[in-house]
Amino acid sequence: MIGSGTEVQASWIPPVILLTSLVPALVIFLLREEQRRARTVLNLAGALAKVGLVAVLVPPVLAGQRFEWRVPFVPGTDLVLRVEPFALYFLGLSAFLWLLTTIYAIGYLREGRDRSRFFGFFSLCVVATSGIALSGNLVTFVVFYELLTLATYPLVAHEQTAAALRGARTYLAYTLAGGVALLLGAVWLTALVGPVEFAASGSAAVGELAERDPATARLLFALLLVGLAVKAALVPLHGWLPRAMVAPAPVSALLHAVAVVKAGVFGIVLLVDDVFGAEVAQRLGVLGPLTVLACVTILWGSVRALRQDGLKARLAYSTVSQVAYVTLGVAVAGATATTGGVVHIVHQGLMKITLFFCAGLLASTLGLTRVSELSGVGRRMPLTCAAFTVGALGMIGVPPVAGYVTKWYLGLGALEAGAGWVLAVLVASSLLNAAYFGPVVARMWWGTPAPEQDLPRPRRAEGPWAMVGPTLVTAGASVVVVLVAGLPFSPLAMARAIVEGGAP
Amino acid sequence: MTDVLVLLVLLPLAGAVVAALVPARAVVGLVVAVAQLALGVVAAAAVLRDGPVLGELGGWAQPLGIGLRLDGPGAAVGLLSGVVVLAVAAHAAAVPAATGGPGYWPLVLVTVAGLQTVLVADDWFTTYVALELLTVGAVGLVALGGRRAYEPAVRYLCVAVLGSFAYLVAVALVYARTGPLALHDGAAAMPPGAATATVLGLVVVGLGLKSALFPLHAWLPAAHAAAPAAVSPLLSALVVKGSLVVLLRVWTGLGGDAHLGTLVGLLGGLAVLVGGVAAVRQERLKRLVAYSTVAQVGYVVLLVPLVTPSLLDPTDAAAADVARLAWQGGMLILLAHGLAKAAAFLAAGTLVQVAGGDRVADLRGIAARAPVVVMTFGVAGVALAGLPPSLAFVGKWQLLTAAVAGGAWWAVLVLLVGGLLTAAAVARVVATALRRPDDDEDDAPAAGAPVPRRVALPALTLAVLAIGAGVGSAWLADLTLVGTGVGT
Amino acid sequence: MTARADLFLVLGAVVTLLGAVRLLTTADLLRRVVALNVAGVGTLLVLVALAARGPGDPDPVLHALALTGIVITVAVTGLALVLVRRVEEDDGD
Repeated sequence: MIGSGTEVQASWIPPVILLTSLVPALVIFLLREEQRRARTVLNLAGALAKVGLVAVLVPPVLAGQRFEWRVPFVPGTDLVLRVEPFALYFLGLSAFLWLLTTIYAIGYLREGRDRSRFFGFFSLCVVATSGIALSGNLVTFVVFYELLTLATYPLVAHEQTAAALRGARTYLAYTLAGGVALLLGAVWLTALVGPVEFAASGSAAVGELAERDPATARLLFALLLVGLAVKAALVPLHGWLPRAMVAPAPVSALLHAVAVVKAGVFGIVLLVDDVFGAEVAQRLGVLGPLTVLACVTILWGSVRALRQDGLKARLAYSTVSQVAYVTLGVAVAGATATTGGVVHIVHQGLMKITLFFCAGLLASTLGLTRVSELSGVGRRMPLTCAAFTVGALGMIGVPPVAGYVTKWYLGLGALEAGAGWVLAVLVASSLLNAAYFGPVVARMWWGTPAPEQDLPRPRRAEGPWAMVGPTLVTAGASVVVVLVAGLPFSPLAMARAIVEGGAP
Repeated sequence: MTDVLVLLVLLPLAGAVVAALVPARAVVGLVVAVAQLALGVVAAAAVLRDGPVLGELGGWAQPLGIGLRLDGPGAAVGLLSGVVVLAVAAHAAAVPAATGGPGYWPLVLVTVAGLQTVLVADDWFTTYVALELLTVGAVGLVALGGRRAYEPAVRYLCVAVLGSFAYLVAVALVYARTGPLALHDGAAAMPPGAATATVLGLVVVGLGLKSALFPLHAWLPAAHAAAPAAVSPLLSALVVKGSLVVLLRVWTGLGGDAHLGTLVGLLGGLAVLVGGVAAVRQERLKRLVAYSTVAQVGYVVLLVPLVTPSLLDPTDAAAADVARLAWQGGMLILLAHGLAKAAAFLAAGTLVQVAGGDRVADLRGIAARAPVVVMTFGVAGVALAGLPPSLAFVGKWQLLTAAVAGGAWWAVLVLLVGGLLTAAAVARVVATALRRPDDDEDDAPAAGAPVPRRVALPALTLAVLAIGAGVGSAWLADLTLVGTGVGT
Repeated sequence: MTARADLFLVLGAVVTLLGAVRLLTTADLLRRVVALNVAGVGTLLVLVALAARGPGDPDPVLHALALTGIVITVAVTGLALVLVRRVEEDDGD
């Protein structure tokens, strides 16, 4: 569907996509704190424009058209932004979830401080994510990847308390150090083979390098992987993620579902499939260790999640585990497993953002932040808890929520690739998922509230609609994507198209 | 075009005289700054289009006359000077307290005249005189800082003049061997050997003293920190660069020396690490920013060992590629540092004033009172650390590529670690500034008057420029190569 | 001629070095200014010695360099002394 008949044309569309969030970011920085209406209008207009642009681009891009924009970066190397299926896929996810998160954040921060700064950096964060999605070569990717680090720091530190600044410092230390590894890898690779353009089945020049000098190629793969693994929160480089939980709920939601963590795994997919190419990576023997690393991360994250009482901390370790599914998919290689990994980028995003939205609702309306406090809360916030239940079931892999599709493809792909032991990991992970999400859900619906929690509040205590609405939409979407999986523009169909287009 | 070169020098000089006589000094300063920027743009465009601009002052030919030649690096630094001087002058006009007194404007213009002369001078001796003019102007500016600044100013003066002596001996050695000599073209007259190495060694020591190249940097943090708020940016962003440009010109003009080049590179590497660690450990804000200048000088001279192989063997195509990359990278870092450091020092000056103390700890929670200034400091810090999409990142990418291609792995390490050190130093300041008092603490900082826009804007403009100039900076990279003979 | 010039060359270098070392090691400002002038004298000695090294008359251009150097050194010393006096006035308060 994709491989043949593609047509690249120079176009202003890629930079315009960035401008839909860059312009709001810059204007919002200039707004005064009390210009609430202007800020809301700008945010929503930018987000809607981006969703619209993406929607309009889907048919021509799937029909084989590519839109590209180049500007010289250094003599001999360009910054390249290119709209292609995988870019559009990630872009679509981020545009859709950005819109919902913006609405949620407007509700969440309705009485907050420094909202112009918050929404400015929030939009800048989307610029960086969109840039990562659209990157057409390694330099461009590095630029936006680092920009993402910088744009998210003020968001993580938003509360400006000692704890928030500590968490933000840890985040910055991890990501900047990771950035150094990525930069070194990118510069080294560029020095050896020239500017590295992302190509459907790997860069030809990198392939030649792997033939000529496999040892250096392996080292470069490892360097780039370390840089990406920090954001992707692969064990043992995941330490920042639980500590970044100090961020406000919409930031956590964005960090875990679309922005930072996803940028990391998106980069890993690019590294394996579009820089080295799955075959070359296979020949170099780097995919085996990556599979093991992903499996260790899946299990370790789940085990740690079991022991967390803080709801957000439990969700954070769950992210460590769940995002590694994507890495697992590309590491196992083969069309089926890779499809499972790629489709999980969207599926995990929808489910995890639902869960974080719920955590934010519970914290901001009832002040509940610990799992042990959630007994019986389902009766007071039924909609929120229903959404949480959908997300949790999806994570465990119960049909018809999105998670099971991923696990199905991953399992099937592992068998095809002759790595049956991966199946055991998936089963173990699902059991662990059930073990740390099951009790939360059970407690919500069937637990008895502790007596001291019987505060004089109305029995029904749902949060504002600006927050509940997006939560229900994402929860609904994580079911709908499965029901429409057979339709041409569903995430699964897109993931298949991306993988088949990339197969030689 | 020759007229432009002469104007570049005479305009600030005439401005200095006028500013010393008329009461409306700030107006004179601003007018000259605007004209200076316009001239800088015209000159840079001419150099980019037609190559180096040549001229002779007063029509006297060599050896008596003064040869003028504006090459790419000179034009680029001239452009930097135009932008930085205008922004700093705007800040100084808005905050008279930041100037240190009425002597500020004439002294700034003398310093600018000194810098412009350094940039357009083509013979060894005119450069010597111009460097002295630059030094005297800069020392006078430091002394405006008041009683705490006199001692650092004397120290700075003595060290800088000692550096000039070393340079003067080098001039005499070159002259005694070859006769009158244009700065940019001495390799033919001075073949590689002990004499050339001696000359280069003297120049490295002399100009290293003036540029605060490790381990000759001890004077800089004291002088730059003690200077008034509207002076420190000029010192770090421009004055240091003047002698650095001459050092690089002499190096390429005489064809370099392999061993000495490696030594200079290693000193640069140590400067990055020592300056970076010192910046992280500083308790006082302006000293923190000043130590980062020590590190940045180190970045720039990292290009020396990478350029040298091509100078020694111009036929080696691979070495020429490395040399070009390294030169462009180092020069872009120099320019980026000028913009970012001027922004950082202006912001630091404002923060110190708002906080009423220059300790980093005094800044606690200041983001509530001066959000734009803290943001400026943060953005400038991103540029100083060489993170994307800043101009410094572009330079760092080039320099890293050159270091990898040239096999200088130690330089790669230095560049990467140095960036992290700068980021750590800046992040500490920003985090302190953001720290909101806990609810149970009641030492909430008294809400003072907000910082007016015209005070905050010049620094913010420089910081945004330092970040934004990275996109589409290929022309600037090309400009830095014009007329240097590097990699050709 | 050349041999004696070489002697002065070495002498100049030694004097310069002594001045430089003193300048960089002392903390007292006035001593620094004096040391700077010692180094300056050494430098000028080197210049004049270089001028006398060649065959024939001494090179006038190098003498011109030396003269300019003297003028600049005097000016700089004046500036330095003004600053030193200010420091001492402040200390006296």
